Amino acid sequence: MIVKQTNQKAWFMVLPVFLVVAFSAVIPLMTVVNYSVQDTFGNNVFFWVGMDWFKELIHSDRFHAAFLRQLLFSGIILAIEVPLGIVIALAMPRKGWGVPVCLISMALPLLIPWNVVGTIWQIFGRVDIGLLGHSLASLGIDYNYTQDPIAAWLTVIVMDVWHWTSLVVLLCYAGLCSIPDAYYQAAKIDGASRWSVFRYIQLPKMQRVLLIAILLRFMDSFMIYTEPFVITGGGPGNSTTFMSIDLVKMAVGQFDLGPAAAMSLVYFLVILLLSWVFYTVMSNIGENSSNGGGR
Amino acid sequence: MNFDWMAWTAPTAAFFLIIFCLLVTLTVWEIRNPGGSPRLGILRFETTRGDRLFVSLLGAAFIHIIWLALFGDALSLWWAFAIACVYAVGVFRWV
Repeated sequence: MIVKQTNQKAWFMVLPVFLVVAFSAVIPLMTVVNYSVQDTFGNNVFFWVGMDWFKELIHSDRFHAAFLRQLLFSGIILAIEVPLGIVIALAMPRKGWGVPVCLISMALPLLIPWNVVGTIWQIFGRVDIGLLGHSLASLGIDYNYTQDPIAAWLTVIVMDVWHWTSLVVLLCYAGLCSIPDAYYQAAKIDGASRWSVFRYIQLPKMQRVLLIAILLRFMDSFMIYTEPFVITGGGPGNSTTFMSIDLVKMAVGQFDLGPAAAMSLVYFLVILLLSWVFYTVMSNIGENSSNGGGR
Repeated sequence: MNFDWMAWTAPTAAFFLIIFCLLVTLTVWEIRNPGGSPRLGILRFETTRGDRLFVSLLGAAFIHIIWLALFGDALSLWWAFAIACVYAVGVFRWV
């Protein structure tokens, strides 16, 4: 019998990461689970309530509304940012002085902190002093994100597109740059149209990076907090109160730690489920196209 | 070391103990039978043992939430637990 010797030293290399993850994620998550089945009035005194917070949450109109707003926001963001990112990446130059100019321009919005982005757009959209708000008012367009829910939504969406489309662009551009010239030459010999080149060469080659881009944008947009909080504070009314804003209001504003913990867990499970579905579906599309889709 | 701030209770401790035992079981299984036994199940994509445990646990969580939404106080949550166990067996058998 041949016994294969395996070196297990690599486990020790993983230990620091394991400890950091345990300290920063696993232990806090365990605490949230513990809080979700109890009530507290502070001073580390807790009362067992079982599944009451979950039952209350599941039947809460406030939670349903925040959840739907969150889904709608993420859906709109993905529907705009992914195609726009692909189009911009396709239009970017591959050679010459334009490459660094485009790359730096694309990277700039990503370097700005979330709260600064929120503040920029909060001022930019103001009717009295903001360039956007004032210009629209001068054109006779009734735009006021502090009073009109549609204007508030538009502002938050445009801000997110401005802030994060670059990420999709840079990832797609990296995918496009990795395609060897031989593919394009073969397509040219075959007389392939621009659409065919995109559909059968560029899109399959971008599949992996697109998966990362969609996952990152979905998770980020589903957890968005700082920018809408700075711009609209969740208003007007509750029109831009997304789940994270509602959660913070509940946990910090109202000090309802039990219900907030239950909401955090449901929120976490939804993100986990949707991310897993995205990942599985897109990796399988990638697998199928690499196995039998190469035309 | 004081862990009062973590607000431990016996049921939540038992919950995490079960999760920990499941992870240990999978680790031992992997050591004895390496490779994760990948296979193409009814969902038509390849899954390993780890994937199947993940799908089972995630599904179990949603089964409990849906049960609470549908029946609330009317029927015991143990029924949801029983369904989740059957579901997990199904996932390990066919997915």
